Amino acid sequence: MQQIRKEYPGVLALDDVNFGLQPGEIHCLLGENGAGKSTLMKVLSGALRKDFGTIRINGEEADIQSPADAQRYGIGMIYQDIKLVPELSVAENILLGNEPKKKNSPFIDFKKMHEIAREVIGQLGEEIDTRSIVSDLSIAHRQLVEIAKALSKKLKVLALDEPSAALTGRELKNLFKVLRKLRSDGVGIIYISHRLEEIFEIGDRVTILRDGKFVQTAPIAEVDRRGLVRWMVGRELENEYPKISLTRGEEILGVENLSAGMLKEINLSVCRGEIFGIAGLVGAGRSELARVIFGADEKDEGKIFHEGNEIHPRSPREAIDLGIGLLTEDRNLYGLIMQMNVRENITLSNLRAVASGGLIQRSKEEGIANKFRDDLRIKTPGIEQEVDHLSGGNRQKVVLARWLFTKSKLLIFDEPTAGIDVGVKFEIYNLMNNLAKEGIGVIVISSDLPELLGICDRIAVMCEGRITGILPRQEATQEAVMTLATSRMEGAAAV
Amino acid sequence: MRRQGWKGQPLSNLLAKFGIGIALVVEIILFSILSPYFFSSDNILNVTLQASITAIIAVGMTFVILTSGIDLSVGALVAFTGVVVTSLLKLPLSFPVLFPLAALAGILIGMMSGAFAGMFVTRFNITPFIVTLALMTIWRGAAYLYTDGRPVWGLPDQFSFLGSGRLAGVPVPTILMVLIYAAAYVALNKTTFGRYVYAVGGNKEAARLAGINTNRILLSVYMLCGGLASLSGLLLASRMNSGQPNSGLMYELDVIAAVVVGGTSLFGGRGSIIGTFMGAMLIGILRNGLNLLNVNSYIQQVVVGVVILLSVLMDRRRTS
Repeated sequence: MQQIRKEYPGVLALDDVNFGLQPGEIHCLLGENGAGKSTLMKVLSGALRKDFGTIRINGEEADIQSPADAQRYGIGMIYQDIKLVPELSVAENILLGNEPKKKNSPFIDFKKMHEIAREVIGQLGEEIDTRSIVSDLSIAHRQLVEIAKALSKKLKVLALDEPSAALTGRELKNLFKVLRKLRSDGVGIIYISHRLEEIFEIGDRVTILRDGKFVQTAPIAEVDRRGLVRWMVGRELENEYPKISLTRGEEILGVENLSAGMLKEINLSVCRGEIFGIAGLVGAGRSELARVIFGADEKDEGKIFHEGNEIHPRSPREAIDLGIGLLTEDRNLYGLIMQMNVRENITLSNLRAVASGGLIQRSKEEGIANKFRDDLRIKTPGIEQEVDHLSGGNRQKVVLARWLFTKSKLLIFDEPTAGIDVGVKFEIYNLMNNLAKEGIGVIVISSDLPELLGICDRIAVMCEGRITGILPRQEATQEAVMTLATSRMEGAAAV
Repeated sequence: MRRQGWKGQPLSNLLAKFGIGIALVVEIILFSILSPYFFSSDNILNVTLQASITAIIAVGMTFVILTSGIDLSVGALVAFTGVVVTSLLKLPLSFPVLFPLAALAGILIGMMSGAFAGMFVTRFNITPFIVTLALMTIWRGAAYLYTDGRPVWGLPDQFSFLGSGRLAGVPVPTILMVLIYAAAYVALNKTTFGRYVYAVGGNKEAARLAGINTNRILLSVYMLCGGLASLSGLLLASRMNSGQPNSGLMYELDVIAAVVVGGTSLFGGRGSIIGTFMGAMLIGILRNGLNLLNVNSYIQQVVVGVVILLSVLMDRRRTS
C-alpha cells in the first residue's frame, strides 16, 4: 500500500501512509487511538474508499472499491467486534453467502456444508462442532469461526483488528498457534494490537502510525519496548495547554478498595483545587469508575468518601445532591436532551432551584441560562435554540453550564474534548483551571495523552480495571503512562 | 423560489407550525358552509360533548407518548371501570354517600392498572406496547366476566347528571374536559414534572444521568393515563346510564389518533397538549360534520383514516 490518503471532513485520517506485507509474515500495526490503524485496514478491506494512493497485490495494482472486491483479491478482515450471525450454526456462518447447493436445485446441501466447514476448522487445528449455534460458543471460539470463515475463501492476506481484546491467556496462545500455522502456509497476516508484549511474541515486523502518518517500519528483532512507545507517542508537547499552579486543599473524594464489575481494588484520593487525570486505553475501566462514583452503576465492594464522609450514591440524583457532577463521554448520547433547547438543558439537573412548589419560574430560569451563556461564551442565537443545532464545543459548554449550576464540588469530565476543535479545547482547559482555583475537585478522563500531561496535576493510569500507578506531574511522561497503561496485559515485562 | 408568507417565513414552515390549527379552521369554515346547522351553539357544544370522552383520555395518552411509550389498555379500562362503578351504585346506600365512593373506586382501578403497567415497563424493562396490550385483553375479559356478559341497568337517576347534565347550558363532560386540559397544560409546560416528562422521552439515559428519577416519571404518566381512562369510563357509563362491558371498544386507537394528529411524536420528547386538544377536536368535528351531511358511516371511516395520514405527513415535514 503506497501513499494512502483518507480524508474525513476536517480530519486527515491517513496522510500518505506506506505499508508493505510479505507472504508468510506477521506484520504488526501499532499506534495510539486515532492514529489511523483501523482506517488503513478499512481501506484495504474495501469498507472505506481511499482518496489517494495505490494498493498492489503481488506487484499488480488492485482496484478495491468494496468488501466484495477485497474478497476477490483474497483479503480477509477480522474486526474487533465479531460479525457473525449468532442464531446460525458454525457451518452456516462459515459458508454464509457461499452455501453449497444440491445439484440443479435451490436447496442447500447441508451434508456438504458441514464437510467443508469441518475441513476448514481442521486446518486451524481446533475442534469445534460445526452444528453448534454460534451464540453458544465462547468468544475465543467465535473468533476462530471468523478466521475459518475468512479461510474458506482462499486467503492471501488476513488482517486482525485487536483480536486479543476479549481473549484470556490460554485462548490467546491458541490464536497465536493458528496464526503461526497460517504464516507457514504463506498467508500474510496484519496484526493490530495495543499490547506490546503480543507484538514481541508474534510479530516479524512492525509498522507504527501516528496522527494518520507513517512513522517507521522495522523488524521486531531490532526494536525494544521503549523505542516502540516513543515512536507511538512521538511528538513533543506544544504550548496548547494552559497550566496554572494550584494549591491543593483537603481531600474531596476518596476511594478505598473499590470493586465493581470489571473494576478491581481501586484506591485513589482527589483533593480540592487539583486537576486529577485518569489515563488508560479504551476499555481499561475509566468511564466505569466515573459511573460508580456518580451512582450510575452499583459497586460490589469498597468505600467511597466525599469530603471525609463515606457515601453510598445509589443514583445520579443522590450523587448530584452531594455535589458530584459527571460530564459523560459522548455528550450527544448520554449528556444532552437533543430535542430540548439551551435553557432547558442547562437547568435540567437543578430545576428545583428555579421552581417554587413545582412551578418553574420562567424569568428566573431565563436569567440563569443567559448568565451561563455569557459566562461560558456559548455561541448560540439564543437560549431558546435547540442544542441539536450547536457545534460540539458549544454543546459541551451547555453540559458544563448544567453542572456549574448544580454547584458541584467535584466534577468528573469524561473525554471532555473529544470531537472539539482546538480553540474551544483551550477555553475548556481554562475553565477547568478556574474551577480548580475556586477549590473544586476536577477529574479528567481522556484518551488524549498529551492533553492529560498538559493540564493535570496528577495522573492515575488504569489498565484492565485496576489502577496501575498514580504519577505526579513531574514524573508523568508519555512513556511512563503508556508503560503503566499496558503493564497488566498478558505477559507484560517490566521496562 | 419558496413562497414567502407571514413575517417573511416560508409558507411551508408556517403551514407546518400552525398546520393543525389551520386545518381546524378550514374544517370549521367548510362545514359551516355545507351545513347551516353546523355552526350553531347547540351543535358546537354537542361536538365537544361527543369528543370529550376520548379527548380526556388523550390527555393521559399525550403524557405517555411524550415518554415514548404507549397505552393500549385505555378502551378496555373504560369498560371495566364502567361496569364496576355501575354495579357499586346498585348497593343499598343513599346516592350522595355511594357516588363519591364508587367514583373513587373507579378512578383507583385505572391508576392501579397504570401503576402495574409502569412497574412492568420500569422494573422488568418490557416494552409498553406488550404490557398494555396484555392489560387491554385482561380488562376487557374482566369486564365481561364481572357482568357475565350482560349490561348493568337500573341505576339511580342522579347518576346521569355527570354524563348528560348541563351547567349554565354547557354539558358537564365538556366542562370537565376543559378543566383537565387546562391543568394538563400547566403541568406539562410550567412544572418540573412536565419538563422531566419531555426529558425522559427525549433521552431516558441522559435524563437519568442528569439526576431525574426516570422510573418515577414513567410510573406517574401511566398512572395518570389509567386514571383519566377510568374517569372517562365513569362519564360514559353515566351518559349511557348503564354499565356496558363492550363499551370503549377501539377507543385506544381513536385516542392515539388524536394525539398523533396533534403533532406529538411517537418517538417521544416532542409534542404538546394544545396539539392533542386540536387533534381530538379535528377528528370530533370531522365525524360530526360528516354525520350532519348524512355521509355514510363507512365512508366516514375512510375519511378519518385519510386525515390521520395527511396530518402525520405534515408533521413529518416539520421534523425533517
